[in-house]
Amino acid sequence: MFIKLALKSLLNRKGSVVLTLMAMTISVFVLLAVEHIRYQAKENFAKTVSGVDLIVGARTGSLNLLLYSVFRIGSPTNNIAWESFKQIANNPQVKWAIPITLGDSHKGYRVMGTTKPYFEYFSYGNQHKLKFDQGSAFNQVFDVVLGSDVAKELGYSTGDAIILSHGLASTSFSLHDDRPFTVTGILEPTGTPVDQTLHVSLEGIEAIHINWRQGVKMPGNKMTEEQIEQLELKPKSVTALMLGLKSRMATFHVQREINQSVREPLLAILPGVALSELWQMMNILENTLLLVAILVFVAALLGLSAMLLSSIRYREAEIRLLRVVGAPSVFLFFLIQIETLMITIVSLILGAGILAISLAVAQDFLISRFGLPVSSNILSESAAYYALGIIAASIVIAIIPSLKAYSKAKINI
Amino acid sequence: MSISLKNVYFTYPDAPHRPVLNIPCWTVAPQEQVFVHGPSGGGKSTLLNLLSGMLVPSQEGQGGQGEVSILGKRLDKMSQRQLDRFRANHIGYVFQQLNLIPYLSSVENILLATYFSAHKKARVKSADVEKLLTKLNISPDDWSKQIAKLSTGQQQRVAIARALINKPELLIADEPTSSLDQDNRDNFMSVLVSLVAENKITLVFVSHDKSLSRYFNRIDALSDISCLSGARGCS
Ligand SMILES: Nc1ncnc2c1ncn2[C@@H]1O[C@H](COP(=O)(O)OP(=O)(O)OP(=O)(O)O)[C@@H](O)[C@H]1O
Ligand SMILES: [Mg+2]
Repeated sequence: MFIKLALKSLLNRKGSVVLTLMAMTISVFVLLAVEHIRYQAKENFAKTVSGVDLIVGARTGSLNLLLYSVFRIGSPTNNIAWESFKQIANNPQVKWAIPITLGDSHKGYRVMGTTKPYFEYFSYGNQHKLKFDQGSAFNQVFDVVLGSDVAKELGYSTGDAIILSHGLASTSFSLHDDRPFTVTGILEPTGTPVDQTLHVSLEGIEAIHINWRQGVKMPGNKMTEEQIEQLELKPKSVTALMLGLKSRMATFHVQREINQSVREPLLAILPGVALSELWQMMNILENTLLLVAILVFVAALLGLSAMLLSSIRYREAEIRLLRVVGAPSVFLFFLIQIETLMITIVSLILGAGILAISLAVAQDFLISRFGLPVSSNILSESAAYYALGIIAASIVIAIIPSLKAYSKAKINI
Repeated sequence: MSISLKNVYFTYPDAPHRPVLNIPCWTVAPQEQVFVHGPSGGGKSTLLNLLSGMLVPSQEGQGGQGEVSILGKRLDKMSQRQLDRFRANHIGYVFQQLNLIPYLSSVENILLATYFSAHKKARVKSADVEKLLTKLNISPDDWSKQIAKLSTGQQQRVAIARALINKPELLIADEPTSSLDQDNRDNFMSVLVSLVAENKITLVFVSHDKSLSRYFNRIDALSDISCLSGARGCS
C-alpha cells in the first residue's frame, strides 16, 4: 500500500515528475559516462605497452617520444641513424632491440615498419604477447600484417592486396600505388594502438620509397619485384627503438649511456614512467570532468528536492487526511523518501541504459577516431559505488522535503 | 460514556491568550447522535480535533490539563503513537471536503484507511468494501474510478465508507454536507443516519446549518458546551 501510494502519487504529478526524472537521468548519464570512460581510459592506458624496458628516439620531449612511438600520435622530429641502432643493439646489456619506422599510412591508419622480432617481444597489458588471429608474420618485402581493427573496419583478410599512401592524411593523393602489399597475417585484438596499425618490414618501407625524393614520386622506369628483391634494402634510419634488457637492474645505466651518446643526440625513456607522467597530465582534465559531472548531478538533485518541496504544499489536504486515518507523522517522512528513491532508481536505470546503448553505438567511432577502446559493459565495481553514492545523495537531499512533510503532519490541521 | 470532557481548555499556540474552547464538562452517551451547531469560527472543528486526538488540550493556568476521555480511554495521557493507533482503530472522520486521496480509486481509498488500523486489517475483505459501497449507492462502475472523476455527492458518500470501514465506535463529521446541494444532502444524511444506527455508532456531527438538526435526537449549541467567559464546573 505504501509503495502503491507513492507510485500513484508520482503518476498523479506526471508533468513535474517526468521533467525531474529527465534532469536526473541526464545527470546520472553524465556522471556514469565520465566515470566509465575515465576508468576505461586508465585501464587501456596502463596496458598499452609492457615488457619494453626502454624506448629510444631522437632527442625530444619524453612525452612526445612516448606519444609517437606507442600511441602513434604526432610525428617524430628526427630519425635515428641506422648505425646508432646497430651500436645500441650490440650493447652487451641489451637482450633485444626492435626498430620502428613511421610515416606512411593506409586510409587513416598508421603504417609501422619493423622487424620480425617485434611480434615475438612486444607485449601489452599483463605481459600479453601479440597473437595471430589469421596467417603469420611478414616474410617477403611486400607483406603486411594488420591490427585487428584495421582488418575489421576495412574488411580485409589474408591474401588481400593493399596500397599504402605516403604521409598520414587518409585522402593522401601520393599513393604508393606501384607497390601493392599482400596481407599475410591479422593480429588478435589487444585494445591498444596496435589494433590500428599496419605492420610491414623495414625493407618494405625502403622498397616503396625507391624512386622517391623529398616525398615526391620521381618519374622513371618502374623496377620489377625481382629487381627490388635483388637490391640490398638497407634502411638508413629508423624512427625509434624498443629495447629489452637482460637485467632490469641495468635500465638506468643503459638509459644514461644512450642519453649521453656522442654520435647523435638521443633520448631513452622508461615507458612506465612516461606513461604515468602522461596520465598525471590527463588527471587534471579528468578530475575537472568529474567535478562538472558531480555538479550537474547536485543541480539535478536540488531540482528534485525543490519539486518535492513544492508538491508538499499542494498535498496538504492529503497529509491531513493520512493523519486522520491514523498514519503516524513518520509515515509522511518515509512517503517522500520512497518517492525520491523511486525517481532516483528509475533515473539510474534509464541513465545507465542510455549510457550502455550509446557506448555500444559510439564504440567504433571512439576506436577509429581516438584509438580509445571503450567497452559497453558499464557494470564495474566503481560504477556500483557510484550508483550507491547517487542513491545515498538523493536520500540525504530528500531529507529536506521529507522533514517538511513530517512537520506538516506533526502540526496537524 | 463514549465521550467525556472535563475542564478542557484550548488555545492555538500562535494566539496563546485567545481561548478558542473552554469546556467545563461535556458528555456523550454510547450510540447517541449529537448535532453541535455554532457560528463559523466558533471552534467546532477545533472541538472535533480534540475528540480525535489530532489536537491536545492546552495547559490552563494552575488548573492543569483537562481530561479528554473517549470510549473510556484518556487521550490526554496517550503518546503520539498511541493516539495515531487509537484514531485508526476507533474513530471515523468525515470532513467538509477533500476526504479522499484524489488520485486513488474508491476501493483504494477505503483500503488505505484499513492500512493503519493494525488489528483490523486482517478482517477487512474486499467483500466488506463492496457491501459498504453498495449500501452507499455507489454503482460498481465507479468503484475503481479515480476519486477526482466522481461527483461531489459520490465523493462524500465514499468518504462515509472510508470512515466506517474500520468499524469505529465513534464517528465524527465536520460539516460533511456543506458542499452538497439539497437532494444530495438529504440522500447523504439519511444514508449516514441509518448506517450509524445500524452499526451502533456514536455520532458527533457539527454544522452551522440548523436545518440538519431534524436528523438528530440531541442538539447542542457550541456556546452552551464551551463557556469562554463565566462559570465552570460539571453540573
Ligand atoms: N491552525 C490554527 N491555528 C491558529 N488558529 C486557528 C487554527 N485553526 C483555527 N483557528 C482559529 O480558531 C478559531 C476556531 O476555528 P475553527 O476552525 O474551530 O472554527 P469552526 O467553528 O470550525 O468554523 P467553520 O464553521 O468556519 O469551520 C477561529 O478563530 C480560527 O481563526
Ligand atoms: Mg470548521
